[in-house]
Amino acid sequence: MARAVSTRRKITFTIIGWTVGLLIFFPVLWTILTSFKTELDAISIPPKWIFFDWTLENYATVQERSNYFRFMMNSVYLALGSTALGLIFAIPAAWAMAFSPTPRTKDVLLWMLSTKMLPAVGVLIPIYLIFRDWGLLDSRVGLIVVLFLINLPIMVWMLYTYFKEIPGEILEAARMDGASLSKEITHVLAPMSVPGIASTVLLSVILAWNEAFWTLNLTTSNAAPLTTFIASYSSPQGNFYAKLSAASTLAIAPILILGWFSQKQLVRGLTFGAVK
Amino acid sequence: MATLQTKSAARLMMAPAVIALLIWMIVPLSLTLYFSTLNYNLFNPADTPFIGLTNYRFFLSDPAFFTALRNTLTLVVGVLFITVCGGILLALLLDQVFYGVNIVRLLVIAPFFVMPTVAALVWKNMMMNPVYGVIGQFLNWIGIGAIDWFSNAPLTAIIIIVAWQWLPFATLILLTALQSLSEEQKEAAEMDGAGALSIFWYITLPHMARAITVVILIQTIFLLSIFAEIYVTTSGGPGLQTTNIPYLVYSQALLQFDVGGASAGGIVAVILANIVAFFLVRIIGKNLDA
Repeated sequence: MARAVSTRRKITFTIIGWTVGLLIFFPVLWTILTSFKTELDAISIPPKWIFFDWTLENYATVQERSNYFRFMMNSVYLALGSTALGLIFAIPAAWAMAFSPTPRTKDVLLWMLSTKMLPAVGVLIPIYLIFRDWGLLDSRVGLIVVLFLINLPIMVWMLYTYFKEIPGEILEAARMDGASLSKEITHVLAPMSVPGIASTVLLSVILAWNEAFWTLNLTTSNAAPLTTFIASYSSPQGNFYAKLSAASTLAIAPILILGWFSQKQLVRGLTFGAVK
Repeated sequence: MATLQTKSAARLMMAPAVIALLIWMIVPLSLTLYFSTLNYNLFNPADTPFIGLTNYRFFLSDPAFFTALRNTLTLVVGVLFITVCGGILLALLLDQVFYGVNIVRLLVIAPFFVMPTVAALVWKNMMMNPVYGVIGQFLNWIGIGAIDWFSNAPLTAIIIIVAWQWLPFATLILLTALQSLSEEQKEAAEMDGAGALSIFWYITLPHMARAITVVILIQTIFLLSIFAEIYVTTSGGPGLQTTNIPYLVYSQALLQFDVGGASAGGIVAVILANIVAFFLVRIIGKNLDA
């Protein structure tokens, strides 16, 4: 229901709202703007806002000097690989929990979520040593497995909440109408569970893309994703603001767009259902 | 209905996920526990005698541990304070009707999707650099004078960066809670002559109490393990000023190669997180019943 709001009040809040919004967004906006500046414009005093020589040279430089594309592909492999693996494990588990719950289902679910609360430093050393001994340091396979495991609880949890919304009666009705199991799955279950699975994939990709504990500790170059690549700017040489900005803009743009589409799922996935 | 057959089928379907997580949790954690009782240095991996609780004694009596513990708690409390207060205000703001409120909401939640290494480096260099940073130039312009954040107030700088990243999370959850508040209740209060402030204090805030608790618990769990932001900006320094427990464990293990000592630190971090997790799991569990 829309509230009746006076125009004056509406305009006041429009001004406050946009000011606050732009202030919070400013570091991102500034990064995007700076990525199109020359290095000299990037450090000019006073700062240049939009009246500067727009250039794409930073994007070219970042790609040429450091083979940016390879790091980006690593990020893509890690995000998609860990998500795909996660789906294979999470869908059956969530399905079973939602459709044939036992008295222990709740405990299993809570236990799974509690593994997500385990701090990574608690297991850093053994994982690092095992990876070293098995030759998995700086390998994509090793990191995919780790990212898969840290996101698995959230994936099971999200899928469970979505599957639970599918009414069991629909399955019974389909069965009574003589639908075979394969028809039941392709015509009834799959269409109803696609939205939930899609949201879960989205959240898992976002979390894997931005993960910056294991990626920093377990990769150096071959398997290094964008998080690790950007970290290499922490020891800069010479002017680097524009190049850092170009690299950062490319690294955050895809996830920013995905994230904007998945606000609601984010609340569901990251609060573990504690807020409705 | 769950027959014996579907029950065993269900168990079979859950098994892979349960076993994977069980291995992921138990194997490394017991290894950490085991390493924490050894005198184990990567410089001398052949000789790792059992030394009982000595590592814990060293770790817990090390002044660095107390500094790190204090920094960890300061970081958590500082970020929580900013994000919860800011989140409440932002949620109230985004709950208003105004032109472009949906776009403003997108702008406000954007920081959450910025990867930690980008957020930290952009803030450190382009925002907080005392000469070229936008904040420094702004402070000079209004006459206060630039602050050299990372030399003079490094932990505050980290708190600001992390709070910026987590503000959207708090806002989004508090907004969800706020929007489930019924209009009628507020209207009734208004008719009874309640002012905006007392409506907020007696109706809105109690309604959000549960969401606020959840924000605090979930953020605490994640904030206890802040690592990347420190790693790329200060490396725990200057001195130990921005070293938190995760960073201390990391530097003891992978920079000083003291596996035993670092493992003891890791176990301490696990215990700290478990205290918070205990309360969080109880709240989630109650909600699952409802």
